[in-house]
Amino acid sequence: MPGTKEIRAKIASVKNTQKITRAMQMVATSKMRRAQEHLRAARPYADKMRAVIADLAEANPDYRSPYLQCRASVKSVGIIVISTDRGLAGALNANVFKETLLLIREWQGQGATVNLGVVGAKGLAFFRRLDTRIVANVSHLGDRPHVKDLIGAVKVLLDAYRDADIDRLFLVNAEFVNTMTQRPAVRQLLPLEPSATQAPREHWDYIYEPEAAQILDGLLIRYVESQVYRGVVENVAAEMAARMVAMKAATDNAGKLVEEMQLIYNKARQAAITKELAEIVGGASAL
Amino acid sequence: MAERNTIQVDIVSAEGEIFSGAATMVFAPASQGDIGVAPRHAPLLSMLKPGEVRVQTPGGEEHFFFVGGGAIEVQPQRVTVLADTALRAEDIDEAAALAAKQRAEEALKERPGLITHAQALTELARATAQLKVLARLRKVRG
Repeated sequence: MPGTKEIRAKIASVKNTQKITRAMQMVATSKMRRAQEHLRAARPYADKMRAVIADLAEANPDYRSPYLQCRASVKSVGIIVISTDRGLAGALNANVFKETLLLIREWQGQGATVNLGVVGAKGLAFFRRLDTRIVANVSHLGDRPHVKDLIGAVKVLLDAYRDADIDRLFLVNAEFVNTMTQRPAVRQLLPLEPSATQAPREHWDYIYEPEAAQILDGLLIRYVESQVYRGVVENVAAEMAARMVAMKAATDNAGKLVEEMQLIYNKARQAAITKELAEIVGGASAL
Repeated sequence: MAERNTIQVDIVSAEGEIFSGAATMVFAPASQGDIGVAPRHAPLLSMLKPGEVRVQTPGGEEHFFFVGGGAIEVQPQRVTVLADTALRAEDIDEAAALAAKQRAEEALKERPGLITHAQALTELARATAQLKVLARLRKVRG
């Protein structure tokens, strides 16, 4: 029986692959749910923070925090790019990188230099091949990222902004729209855009401990960190969703492949049996 | 809304909500010394040191929360604690920043064949095109 054994082995191998992709799909589904919960859990902090910062900035118009200063001429920009650590997530990373490259080109076109802060191993592997400056990197945050792992990388860019080494700071990450859709999103972190919706409210001034300026800077740093953290968590949710979809497609494809090969196998087997029978009959009639 | 002799307390960190509820008294490790906040306290904004936030509820219970630092905002009817999830200090942050810088520098040291911006874009475009073709093939075959 020529071929049938090989086909059988091939079918078994594809079935094994299918088992793996199906398992990955299910793992991604549950991790995606968890990441979504983390994303929701991060919201109250950011909201409260924004409210306090708005109050503070309003109550102290004479103090200009370096983080709120908008410099008119942009000589240099910082971009924090968030990527995944692992692959098999469809075009997720590729889309984020494309968006980042467009952003880089846009600013380079205006004569500004670009400093990158890269989160995630895939981003590092991609951007280090480019002749763009990478000033900070953090990778292998896992499926449950923590703020404390991001502090260092964010501080590099915050300090650069404070010292006027960069004049704008952007964040690029994959936005989780829904399970089927993830798209790259670019947000400006610094200078903070004044919230235009903030309605003038009844006014009071705080008692400050220690000084208003110090508190404002401390809060602004934490706010930017929490925004980056949010981006990282959202990226995890998007990664899991993308992987889920990619693995579902892979599982379906494997199923189709097995079906096709089963058909070929059956035909080959039938052909072999027919041939054998013909030989026996031929042999018998020759006697 | 909270009763007149209680104050609404929200303790939140960047990674999640820690506590939310009414209290008769809140103690926090402010940067200039521990403070106690009773309902109708004057508006106050302070940074926090690492330490313990203590919340006394109307039921007579007492809750303890460890914070690694952060900030506290007090309004007459509301206390908001913005807690840090990590211990913060200038030198710790500085060390973390240095580590992040170093990782970037190390990665750049062993740059595999530098490519230009345009090359990267074309490579990406090719990859996306391939993915699109794959998706189309899948549709045709399926």
